[in-house]
Amino acid sequence: MSANATALEHAHDEHDHGHHDHHQTFISKYIFSTDHKMISKQYLITGLIMGIIGIAMSILFRIQLAWPDKSFTLFEIFLGKWAPDGVMDPSIYLSLVTIHGTIMVFFVLTAGLSGTFSNLLIPLQIGARDMASGFLNMVSYWLFFLSSVIMISSLFVEAGPAAAGWTIYPPLSALPNSISASGAGMTLWLVSMAIFIASSLLGSLNYVVTVINLRTKGMSMTRLPLTIWAFFVTAIIGIVSFPVLLSAALLLIMDRSFGTSFFLSDIYIGGEVLHNHGGSPVLFEHLFWFLGHPEVYIVLLPALGISSEVIATNSRKPIFGYRAMIASILAIAFLSTIVWGHHMFVSGMNPFLGSVFTFTTLLIAIPSAVKAFNYITTLWKGNLQFNPAMLFSIGLVSTFITGGLTGIILGDSTLDINVHDTYFVVAHFHLVMGISALYGLFAGVYHWFPKMFQGRMLNKNLGYVHFWVTAIGSYAVFFPMHFIGMAGLPRRYYSNTAFPYFDDLADVNTMITIAAIVTAAVQFVFLYNFISSIFYGKRGTKNPWKSNTLEWTTEHKHIHGNWEGAIPEVYRWSYDYSKLNEDGTDYVIPGQDYIPQNIPLQPGEEEMNH
Amino acid sequence: MIVFLVLIVIVLFAVAIWQMSKIYALSKGNSKGEDGEVANGKDNRINSKLMVMFMVFLYFLMFYCFWNYSKFYLPEASSEHGSKYDNLMFISIAVIMIVQVVTQFLLHFFAYKYKGEKGRRALFYADNDKLEFIWTIIPVIVLAGLIIYGLFTWSEIMNFEDNEDAMVVELYAQRFNWKARYAGEDNILGDANVRFIEGLNQLGIDPSDPDGDDDVVTTELHLPVGKQVIFKLRSQDVLHSAYMPHFRAQMNVVPGMITQFSLTPTITTKEIRQTDYMQEKMRTIQEIRTEKSKELVAAGEPALDAYDAFDYYLLCNKICGSSHYNMQMKIIVETQEEYDAWIKEQKTFSESMAQ
Repeated sequence: MSANATALEHAHDEHDHGHHDHHQTFISKYIFSTDHKMISKQYLITGLIMGIIGIAMSILFRIQLAWPDKSFTLFEIFLGKWAPDGVMDPSIYLSLVTIHGTIMVFFVLTAGLSGTFSNLLIPLQIGARDMASGFLNMVSYWLFFLSSVIMISSLFVEAGPAAAGWTIYPPLSALPNSISASGAGMTLWLVSMAIFIASSLLGSLNYVVTVINLRTKGMSMTRLPLTIWAFFVTAIIGIVSFPVLLSAALLLIMDRSFGTSFFLSDIYIGGEVLHNHGGSPVLFEHLFWFLGHPEVYIVLLPALGISSEVIATNSRKPIFGYRAMIASILAIAFLSTIVWGHHMFVSGMNPFLGSVFTFTTLLIAIPSAVKAFNYITTLWKGNLQFNPAMLFSIGLVSTFITGGLTGIILGDSTLDINVHDTYFVVAHFHLVMGISALYGLFAGVYHWFPKMFQGRMLNKNLGYVHFWVTAIGSYAVFFPMHFIGMAGLPRRYYSNTAFPYFDDLADVNTMITIAAIVTAAVQFVFLYNFISSIFYGKRGTKNPWKSNTLEWTTEHKHIHGNWEGAIPEVYRWSYDYSKLNEDGTDYVIPGQDYIPQNIPLQPGEEEMNH
Repeated sequence: MIVFLVLIVIVLFAVAIWQMSKIYALSKGNSKGEDGEVANGKDNRINSKLMVMFMVFLYFLMFYCFWNYSKFYLPEASSEHGSKYDNLMFISIAVIMIVQVVTQFLLHFFAYKYKGEKGRRALFYADNDKLEFIWTIIPVIVLAGLIIYGLFTWSEIMNFEDNEDAMVVELYAQRFNWKARYAGEDNILGDANVRFIEGLNQLGIDPSDPDGDDDVVTTELHLPVGKQVIFKLRSQDVLHSAYMPHFRAQMNVVPGMITQFSLTPTITTKEIRQTDYMQEKMRTIQEIRTEKSKELVAAGEPALDAYDAFDYYLLCNKICGSSHYNMQMKIIVETQEEYDAWIKEQKTFSESMAQ
């Protein structure tokens, strides 16, 4: 109660304050803005730009894999000295793979997805005027921007960007004389990530505080939309695990620059023995994956939260098993912090530890399965509105299942032995966290575009083209990939033609590359739609999807403080879709199949206690 | 293969063009007004049909992959534990494919069946404890089975220390090649550390340790069939991973520590070359290479080497530098007699140092 009371007081303060503050300069409105809506747009656009770079890189190395040793002018244009006569250099191949992974995981799917939608939706859906600290929020974005700039600038250093894989395992990443990219490129990578972590922590702390303290009157935790639950829990996982990556990065910086031996021991390289003794790369692997695995869920949970909201709204049905969904999110969050060892079954750690991690890893399949089943049941007997966001959400459930199921193979220490670090792994995680999370991102953009751009909506037909080609293309890329992994083809190989054994897999690789190019190309449809709709998109109604959550009670025009008058009070959960009145003759509100959260209980209506 | 490629491209284009034409039609007609960009009955109908088509595509893709690409799955395991591995793999794939087929069907079928229509009333159905219990408990039971089976196999594979008859071999990784060090007659590897690396002593064997005198360092890995071998893995520079796919074996090689893995080879190189699987594979690869060679020769480049005899190999499977993709070692599994004859020809450490 007291939390609600403070929230209200706070809201009044903000509101009074808001009146003095209407004249903003260009800089305070568009650049150093403390308004969560503007910050979310900044996150989204930065994330999309990083996404274009990341995906373009993947196309470059896919071309290399499909047609090794061939010469491409494309390589010459983009890679310059790294592609003499248009033939890609093996070390730039490794750099491309490394930076593609880093950009997609951290800059697109962490900041671009969670950053965008946590910022946009947390205040709007819980009924707050802004984040708890608008200033920290702004700092968080600008740190993210800075880290993006540093990461991109590392592409231009003389010796090439980091090339030790996105997992940057030492000693490779620690010793510039093992691979030249581990010099300045790696330094910039580490600096960039350290800043990124600071940004992520500031953001996450803000989200957590905001969700706990600034909920409007009546918005109890069990009335929160699942989006907010997902963002809230994601932020907590981030707070728990990101600092560990920072410590790993700091220790690595020490090893690289100050002669310590945290991760290095008994190394002979470049004709000399290094002085380092007593460290262990396995320690780094533990520290890295202590973040690395929760990171998967940091990427995925917001996508699942978004799809929960979108599927419920567009099915015109309450999400099935609201409490089970929350429990699953919490269970996934908890388990995600104790499964990291499944990345290390063959790292040389004690086999007994491997058994423990197999156990916890397969446990995580249970809440995941519950979520998948709940989505499917939500569709059952619905009245499905196939808006593009809905299509992407259904696509997400499909790839989440396909990719998740192969996790049962990889999470099993025994089976991991022979598919570890092969294309099977690549196929698995791209489906389950890459494609699924991207679908979540797209679903969010299509669904909340009107909230970001003052009521303008994305063109739905372009959205349909975007979805269907992407859906077919990404399965065509990643499903066959499992099979070349089963054939024992290691990932991160510059070329598979060094020896003849894999020659018969070449056709599959070519097919995958063609599908990847088509899929990447169709993203331009999205980009065109996105940019043109910002300026020329049709304006819809205030609540175009007929949704229950509070963000749709705000006006098209963005104002600092979100609601012109008082903050709406909340009287119900956010999933009262198609709820019938007492005698079952009509909806609770006659003729309207949804009841926004700010509508009080109607006479004779019972609140469903979910 | 080509047929499939062409088919995919055609389907993609067809869908794209079809949808593009829709855009034209729709952008002229009913997209006026405030609800212009919200799905209407027509969109729901079209997309629900596409959902079914997509499901057919997905099943077709899965079927096609299993039908055509499952031949890529490695041949029957050439190690003792490998058959258990394959068995567990087979069961797991069967389980997940059943779940995959069923859930994808439900997902897409519901999407088709319950497409939005004017006047349709969705069912307010928020909870059902019994249902949720059922689909929590079923995964629990299935997973428990898989976990238990998996863990038994895991501990069988990984706990091998007590066998004294096993042969000890060191696998030594350096960028970008592998070496094998046999423990010699005493079956004890001499102590080693990178600090002893000097001249011919590339593996850093401690010259003062008598156990190391009879060690034999080779660039090929020969293994007698049917005899358990314990690999001790050591790296001199960065992380590597010793990956022997045909033996279902993999272990990382970590500078500063010795990791280990054990296996018992069951099929000799000669035998596996005679299997139908390998014959077929060799034939396919040889055809591909002949084709490619023709092109190369036409372009004035040397033809590819023929590939007429399969050999087991050990690959590096942990990114280790620019030539990572070409870091490998040949493995030869042979009879005990052949092995004995071979090892006798190799120089021991003390012999090679005496030179």
